[in-house]
Amino acid sequence: MSTTAVSPAVSPIDEVKSTPWSGGRSPFDVEYGKMMMWFFLLSDAFTFSSLLISYGAIRFSAAAWPDASLVFQSVPGLIEHGAPLVFVGIMTFILILSSVTMVLAVEAGHRNAKKEVLGWMIATIIGGFMFLGCQALEWNHLHSEGFWWSSIPNPETLKEFFGAGISHDAQALSAHQFANLFFTITGFHGFHVFTGVLINIIITVNVLLGTYEKRGSYLMIEKVGLYWHFVDLVWVFVFTFFYLV
Amino acid sequence: MSTETAEAHGEHEGMTRKRIIKVALILSAITCVEFIIALFLVPKGYIPGHIANPIYIVLTLFKAFYIVAFFMHLKFEKMGLIFAIIVPILFIIGLILVLTNESHHWIDLRM
Repeated sequence: MSTTAVSPAVSPIDEVKSTPWSGGRSPFDVEYGKMMMWFFLLSDAFTFSSLLISYGAIRFSAAAWPDASLVFQSVPGLIEHGAPLVFVGIMTFILILSSVTMVLAVEAGHRNAKKEVLGWMIATIIGGFMFLGCQALEWNHLHSEGFWWSSIPNPETLKEFFGAGISHDAQALSAHQFANLFFTITGFHGFHVFTGVLINIIITVNVLLGTYEKRGSYLMIEKVGLYWHFVDLVWVFVFTFFYLV
Repeated sequence: MSTETAEAHGEHEGMTRKRIIKVALILSAITCVEFIIALFLVPKGYIPGHIANPIYIVLTLFKAFYIVAFFMHLKFEKMGLIFAIIVPILFIIGLILVLTNESHHWIDLRM
């Protein structure tokens, strides 16, 4: 019986591996709540995609479609006609800016700067409310023209939104589809903005109460930030496919 | 900042103020380009509509990349998480291909 001689060099097979997928820890290396937020957002991305893709499929198969630069050409309360895309441009910049203030709040959270987090969060909430206000004006404007779920303007008004040489039946059919899709998709997005603002308010109150200061980490700002940026991300697509294309 | 130092300092060192401002300016610039195309180049006839549409979509995908990679910080996460989020997007591309193809047949059904 020989005694086991321990060699000073560890043989390659006994070496403890430390690569991400060699076990013992999560390969994703993120906090549980943040990972779940990512997976929720992925599922939400599927929901929005199916809405937008069905919009695309219906629009591809339509004989005619309302011209976006004719439907959306007013700035409610200021300009009635001839300003296509101006109002939705303002809305887009509001949402991008509120995304920037959100990421600045996250950055301040990493430095545990409570006052800065508070300031940027309040700015983000104001941006969210401004966007919701603009969307309410936009909806109100379309509604006053006669658009609503399964409701379209009278034939005289409707003609203004189409090019020449399209029969009234074709106009009425695609205007119905346009109205239903527009209010459903922007409504679903607006609902996300609304819940985002609510969550931002709850988080801001928590910052004010010092919850995250006591916890020693502002990671919650980051998770809510993910949701808020996702709302901005969806708007980028809604904006392109409803207003530009 | 190299990825090695970013990992050494924890997962959140990717976004500095300077970088946030830079990404914000890129997003605003892309949006401005979209407006210039939609408000001037297409109505004046410099670019026909069927060429402008793919340009809008490419610009939108650029914006989406900057939002997801930098604002949502995905670029600085572990490779496993990046793939867990990006790979399922293939299903969406699949649905786009299926339904755009299908919608061309719906036109025939309506005739």
